[in-house]
This record gives sequence, structure tokens and C-alpha cells, in this order.
Amino acid sequence: MAWETVIGLEIHVQLTTKSKIFSGASTRFGAEPNTQACLVDLGFPGVLPVLNEGAVRRAVLFGTAIEAEIARRSVFARKNYFYPDLPKGYQISQYELPIVGRGHVEILLENGERKRIGVTRAHLEEDAGKSLHEDFHGYTGIDLNRAGTPLLEIVSEPDLRSAKEAVAYAKKIHQIVTYLGICDGNMQEGSFRMDANVSVRPVGRKEFGTRTELKNLNSFRFLERAIDFEVERQIDVLESGGQVVQETRLYDAQKDETRSMRTKEEANDYRYFPDPDLLPLVIEDAFIEETVKGMPELPEARRRRFEEEYGLSAYDAEVLTATRPQADYYEAVVAVAGDAKLAANWMMVELFGALNKAGLSLEVSPVSAEALGGLVKRIADDTISGKIAKTVFEEMWRSGRAADEIIEEKGLRQITDSSAIEAIVDEVLAENAQQVENYRNADPKKQPKMLGFFVGQVMKKSQGKANPRQVNELLRNKLG
Amino acid sequence: MSLQREDVEKIAHLARLAVPEEELEHLRGELAGILHLVEQMDELDTGDITPMAHPLEMTQRLRVDRVTEENHRDQYQAVAPLVENGLYLVPRVIE
Amino acid sequence: MSDLHRKSLRELREGLAAGSFTSVELVEHFLARIREHDQTLNTLITVSDKEALQQAGAADERIQKGEAGPLTGIPLIHKDIFCTRGVKTSCGSRMLDNFISPYDATVVERLADAGMVMLGKANMDEFAMGSSNETSYYGPVKNPWDTERVPGGSSGGSAAAVAARLAPAATGTDTGGSIRQPAALCGITGLKPSYGRVSRWGMIAFASSLDQAGPMARSAEDCALLLSAMAGFDERDSTCVDRPVDDYLAALERPVKGLRVGVVKEFFGEGLDSGVGASIEEAMKVLEGLGVELVEVSLPHSRYSVPAYYVVAPAEASSNLARYDGVRFGHRCDDPKDLEDLYKRSRAEGFGAEVKRRIMIGTYALSAGYYDAYYLKAQKVRQVIARDFRNAFEQADLLLGPASPEVAFRLGEKSDDPVSMYLSDIYTIAVNLAGLPALSMPAPRAHGLPVGLQLIGNYFDEGRLLNLAHQLQLATDWHLQTPEGFA
Repeated sequence: MAWETVIGLEIHVQLTTKSKIFSGASTRFGAEPNTQACLVDLGFPGVLPVLNEGAVRRAVLFGTAIEAEIARRSVFARKNYFYPDLPKGYQISQYELPIVGRGHVEILLENGERKRIGVTRAHLEEDAGKSLHEDFHGYTGIDLNRAGTPLLEIVSEPDLRSAKEAVAYAKKIHQIVTYLGICDGNMQEGSFRMDANVSVRPVGRKEFGTRTELKNLNSFRFLERAIDFEVERQIDVLESGGQVVQETRLYDAQKDETRSMRTKEEANDYRYFPDPDLLPLVIEDAFIEETVKGMPELPEARRRRFEEEYGLSAYDAEVLTATRPQADYYEAVVAVAGDAKLAANWMMVELFGALNKAGLSLEVSPVSAEALGGLVKRIADDTISGKIAKTVFEEMWRSGRAADEIIEEKGLRQITDSSAIEAIVDEVLAENAQQVENYRNADPKKQPKMLGFFVGQVMKKSQGKANPRQVNELLRNKLG
Repeated sequence: MSLQREDVEKIAHLARLAVPEEELEHLRGELAGILHLVEQMDELDTGDITPMAHPLEMTQRLRVDRVTEENHRDQYQAVAPLVENGLYLVPRVIE
Repeated sequence: MSDLHRKSLRELREGLAAGSFTSVELVEHFLARIREHDQTLNTLITVSDKEALQQAGAADERIQKGEAGPLTGIPLIHKDIFCTRGVKTSCGSRMLDNFISPYDATVVERLADAGMVMLGKANMDEFAMGSSNETSYYGPVKNPWDTERVPGGSSGGSAAAVAARLAPAATGTDTGGSIRQPAALCGITGLKPSYGRVSRWGMIAFASSLDQAGPMARSAEDCALLLSAMAGFDERDSTCVDRPVDDYLAALERPVKGLRVGVVKEFFGEGLDSGVGASIEEAMKVLEGLGVELVEVSLPHSRYSVPAYYVVAPAEASSNLARYDGVRFGHRCDDPKDLEDLYKRSRAEGFGAEVKRRIMIGTYALSAGYYDAYYLKAQKVRQVIARDFRNAFEQADLLLGPASPEVAFRLGEKSDDPVSMYLSDIYTIAVNLAGLPALSMPAPRAHGLPVGLQLIGNYFDEGRLLNLAHQLQLATDWHLQTPEGFA
């Protein structure tokens, strides 16, 4: 039987506010345990929450970016359950009335087509603390620094049909939130966390199959592998006459498998109700306008602009806008270099190649955007050839110095004085009389290939500095 | 809706309250009595009434995103039953 | 023995200002009374004598420097529901028997800033759940009018202490009548302000959408002084209202002639003790003599307030009390064998029977399949009750009725019957559901015991409530009567 996969994602995005969603404690990552947990975060008797404006603005930015309705009135609710990393015994979240309503994003499929994925909702909530399971002589240690960190939970429609689509969607959301600057996107530190709801159904059937929820997917690679494993597992179960059990499953990256989380005997009964300590959040037009005013350009728009303004191919534009730092870098290169296409080539081939080889990210590149722009500019204005430029780039990478400085110091400036080039050409022709003879007697079709020999000789004699275009032209004239 | 013994056990578990076996029936009776009082509400037709969650028709005020809290861990943990290296300790949680 | 304990707050202020006595002397006087009487009455869980004398010393300095406010140097007690930095804050529960709060409640902070001196922390029903003070882990409080009887609750310690003149003033909290009912049963004046008038920061939550702190003292004038210092915006409480505080002292003196006072028909029906009814009617006659116009009003759905309350309050409480899990503060059971055992035993040992009952009811009302029938239904009933009040306030400036259907009952009389205990708040609960301000003040005694006259105001109309109460107290001496043995 042919099966169809149905996936929906829930993505928890930590927002980049300085302070927590309901308290004035810092959200900085990596502090000593419980040093950033204030009375409110610890749920002390008598404390009360007050909502952080920064969290609300970030949710509004996201909602606007995915063209969703921003709820003019949303409500915070308590989700009640006991767990040591949940100090109050409830999580403040949004339930019936979330701040961001239905929206959508577009993903690029492998076949080059674009697909629209629905976003059901996005709501604000507080993060929980962390349980540290290293052995404290039979105890678990609780660090509540993370408790109260603002989260935006982004829930997709079950529109995704493969692990690859799920990854493309997750990457798209990652791209949007980092472009907006509302999340640092750091997956190692847990700033961007994914859960997947996965089910399968026979192709052609309308009803969804029973789904399982996959947790602990903290990289795009794990997301893909976990879904692939889970889909196969579900198909196996169904094809051997069994039934999929609705449950939460944990992805084990080491074993590359999902396994049932031993959930307690109780079905979860979270007893949601409106939090009486918080009032309805009412958002006025003016608040939205003010928030959106400084909104950064989104990846889609930037990609289109790169195609139009810089004449880039769809592929190049997609690659260069993949992350905001990358697109910013590119535009800084162009601003100096002038030649947009050449800048794109140099960035994507030489710079990315070098970064890749060194295992570095763009943020820590030894060659700054301005420096790379300076180099590309010298190629564009014929000061140096592309080949010489590679030597200069290597030197820039090593020393961090500017292209012009290296060109001057090493005397790499291209020879463009035609009389100087002509003198070298004449020398070469005189030294290779036999080859000149052969060339002139050759089949005209073979001549272009034979010309390469002379070009090589001239370049060698000029130590690579002769302008190749001029050399070609002169040689053709003189031999012709 | 008559309250069963199993309901009481379920609620006690949800609320994380240990209830000794021998007290269940008595507790069931008390709770049923309270629910009986509560269910007098059913006499009232509240079909199209908007539920009232708050006495005042106010909206949520927003706090400026600023760090105002300092580290007072030692002071806050002075009242904690069991801490080590700045961590609160609970019986081992198995995931 | 001096008569310092007989003085009103205004008289105390005048005496302090004139140098007739110092704050330290005043505090020592009340501490001595506490030592003398509190073994019988059990009004205090903690006596903070050392801190009190320190604060009194500081207050005396302020007074000498001429920096005193109207309350500087005057002692009071705080209900043990308010967090007090460095002082045990138990909320009447074994759960918090070992809890020394690391911070002050806003109410505590404000009254301390005003220069008031805290004598100690008042006994109360556990987590403010009770109407008799019998649910306290620290034992019941006795009513100074008859020590076989309850003082009411949950602010029973505050009420009894003020009635017995162990303190000139106290704070209380009122979720369903917890200021007004004990004020009534002990013969003092207690005001529950409008929801949002006083900050809830640092006040241990019972039912967040109903809880409100207020003053408890002997007279409306004293309450006006206290409320002036307690009320006002606090950015730490999202539900606290950002609006100016009225001048309650100035309001006291306004004329009351022509004021329309609605007599709530439903508060005089079946279940009202005839002695209490007669007492309220006597008070009404005096009011008429003051030129007040009495009109009959109806709160047709008030009988649904107790049922709705016993969904809303326990539901919120079940969630508010989930933080007591034996991990970060409070009681923790010995040798928990696993996490669930830690939770279940710590909570079962730390909470008393009434608190557990309410947590269970609240948990049930919010649980899957019951939410609509209980919680949502109660929210709708709440709306209906608030609407009743809106209608009533179209016909009257203030409303009137008894605060409690009967005088103080005997210790143990209702403690085995939760439902009959709940019904002792039948006249006070609707006010909390609507979020209105109300006070209870002494009316003529019945059966030799105090009776409370309840006045209910429109939103943020505390000034008018205090105004009428004060004018009535100028014309009568019911509020000046003192239980025998405590004069």
C-alpha cells in the first residue's frame, strides 16, 4: 500500500528580550544556577506577574511577518501540572485566545516549486526551568534560571508531507525569526526547539491517521531523521495489522530511533483557565504600527530585491538571503565593490569555500565585508586579474590586511599599458617563431585553442600581471 | 453528576494530595455536599451571558523590557528544604 | 495601667505629636496587653516585639524631627497572609510554618513607610479559607466577647485583637467576607476596598480575582486613615488600578442628608437571625434620623453567589496553591521515595482539611469535562450578580444589609459541616464576586454579642462608605463598646 505522511510542527522560539516575560530578571544564557531566578520566577508566595512589552512587540513582529491577524484581544491562561522545573505548578500560556492568529509561510521544495504552509497560531508563554539529571546522590538538581524566559510557540497546520518539507518549513521559520531579530536562533542553547506531530494515512484517504508527538528535536538533522524513523515505524505497525498509539515519543539521536516516553498513567488534564493575575491583553492599531515601523526586510522580499536590484539568479539570491548576516554581508560587499554579480561569485565561491574549509561561520570571518568589497572592486576596475585576486584573497585571509595594501606592496597591479603588453607579446612571438608558423598554417577552427599557448607565455613573462583581455586581443591581431 | 470514589482518587492525584484509603469515603461525602451546593447554579439560565473573569474591565499593562532584578540566590534559598551547589534538589526524575 | 489602648488613631497621633507619650511607650503598652491576654485569645501567630521596639524608636526620631505623618509611631498587626521580610509568614498553615519571607508585601511596605510599627502577625484561617478561624494550624482564635465563641474568619486574629484592644489597628484580607464577617462578629469596623484599589503584591494568594486587602480598626475614621496609606497604584500588580486615591479623611465630613441608601431585600429573608435583623433595623432608624433616604432594592440573584463563589474561589485556589510542593520553600515530607511521593505527602501533611477540600473542589471544577458546567457557569453567574449590583446602584448611592446572618457562633459548632460554614458568608460573598467596596461596622448588639451592619458602595466609592459610617458613628456609641475584661 502507498502511504502519505502528514506532519505538523510546534516550534518554541525563545524571544530576545533582556528581561523575562513576567519579571525583571535577566534572560542571559549560561549564568550560575538560580542566580537569574527572582521571586516571581521562583513562584514565591504572594508574587505576581507583569507582562513584558518587549515580548508582546516581538510576537506582533512575527505575526506581521507571516501575514497573520494580530489578535486585538488575547488572554493568558494557566496550564496546570506538577513538575519540578515548573515552579508555580502552572505555566502561564495562551490557550483559547492567542496573540497571533492564522498566517502562512512559503517553502521552496526540492523540485524548485514553492509551497504555502499554514501557521495555525502563535502564542506567548513562559519557559520552564531545567532539570539536571547528573547524579546528585540520587537527586535531580533544579536550575530555574530559564524559568520565565519568553517563548513564542508557533504551531503549523498539518500541511507538511515529508521530513524534507518539515525541515524546509522549520528552516523558514528559523530564518524569519532571526531576520526579525526576535530570536537568536541558537539551537545548541535551546533558543529554537521543535516538536513534530507525525501520522501516516493511505494515499487518497481524507481522514488523518493517529499521530504521535516527537520531542527533543534540537537540530534540523534530528528533525529529519526522527520523522523518517517514525514514519517507517508507523507504516510497519499498520502494515503488520497493528494500530498506532497516540503518545509522546522521544527521539534518541545516538540510537537514531524514537521511543515511547513512559508517560504517567493519567491522561494530561491541564485544567486551563484564564490567569486571574493578568488582564486581557488589548493591542491597538497604533501599537502595531509603532512596532512594525522599524521591521527589518524579510527574507522573501530581500530575495526578490536581490534578483531585481542586483540581477542575481534565483539560486544565488536564495543562497545569499538564507540568513540575515549573510545578506547584510553581501550588501556591504556590493556597496564597496560596485559589481554585484562579481561580488556574489566571490562571496559564494571564494569566501564560503574558505570559511567552510576552516570550519568558521561568517560572523567570525577573517575577511570583513568591506575588505572583500575592496578586493572585488579591484577586479572590477581591472587593477588585478581574477587569478591574481585569488592570491590576494589568500593573503587577506592570513593577515587581515586590505586588498590595495597587498596589491601595492607586492606590485600585483595589472599591466594595462598596451605598449608595454605589446612589447612582451612581440618578445614572445619572436622567441617562438616555429609555433607562430604552425599557428598561421593551422585550420582556423583549431587556432583559438592554439592561441592559449601564446597567452600563457605572455602571462608567464608578465608574472601574471598583463591584462588577459588585452593580451588576447593583441595576439589575435599580430598572428592574424 | 454524582461524585464517585474513583473521581476523588483522580482529583487527589491531579492535585497531588495523598489521601489515605480509609478517608476516601468521608471525603467523597464532603465534596459531594459542596458540589450539591454549587449545583444550585444550574437553576439559573445563563445562556447568552458573557463569562466574567475579572471584576474590573481593565486591560493588561505592559512592563518596560528592563532587567531590574539582581542575584539574591543565597537569600532565596535560605528557606529551601534542600539545595546543593545552588540547585534545588528533588528525588531523581527519570525521563 | 494607662488608657492608651482606648484611644483612636487620631488621638494617638495627637498624643504622639504633643509628646504626651512616645511610640516606644505605646508599643510597650500594647505588647504588655498582648502578653496579658493573648494566651487566652490566640490572636497572634508571631509577636515581633524586638523589631517593634526598634521601629518605634525610629518613629520617635521621626516625630522629634517633625517628619511624622498621620500614622507615624502607631502600632498595628498584620494578618499573617502578608509577607513580612525577615519575619515568619505562615498564612496560618503548617505548610509555611518555617517560612521567613525574604520580602515585604506592598501593604506592609506602605504602612511601614508611613511610620507604623508592626507588633506581630495575626492568626487566621489557613490560607484565608474559613469563616471561624478554626482552620488555622495555630489553633482557633477566641472571640473576646465570649471566649467560647469564634471571632469569624478568615481575618479572625486581626478582628479579635482590635476588639480586645491588643492593637489599635490591623490589616485583613477579604475574599468572600474575611474582613467584614469577623469585623461583624467582633464588633469592629472593617473595610474591603474595591478590587484593584490596594496592591496584592506580597499578599499570599487565595483567589486572585477576589482577594483584596483592607483596614480593620475600631472606627470608620481609623479605617480612613489606614486606607489612605494602603491604597494606590503598584506597578508590581497587574490588577492594581492606576487611579488617584480619594481624600478619605476629607470625605468623612461630607453631609449625608439626602443620601439614598438601598436596603437589600434579599438580605432580610429566611436565615437571618431575628436579633440581628432587629439590630440592623435600629441602625437604619438612626440613619433615617440623619436624613438618609432608605429605599428598597433587590439583588435577585444573590442566592447564587455562594454556589458561584465555591467554584471560582476553589478553582483559583487549586492553582494558586500548586506552588507549595516542598521544593523551594515550605513544608517537605521526610524521606520522599520519589517525586510523586514528595509532592503528595508534603502537600497532604502541609495543608489542613479545609484547604485540601477546596483544592479538590477547584481541581474538579477545572478538570476536563467539568469546566463548562462548573467554572464557566460560575463565571456567567458572576456576571449576572455584578449586573444585579449595577441595577441596584441606579436606585441608590450605597446599599445596606447585615454583614452576617447571625452573631458569633460557638467554637466547633460548624467545623464539621463545611456547607453550613460556607453559608455564614451569604451576605458578603456577592460583593467580592462583583469586586465592589463594602464595610462592616458595629450595630447594636444582639444576644449580648456584636452585630455588623454592612454598607456596600459602587466601584471606588470607598470615600462615601466611610463618610456614612463615620457620620453614623458620630451619632452612636456602638463602635466604642468594649468586651468585658478588655476595656
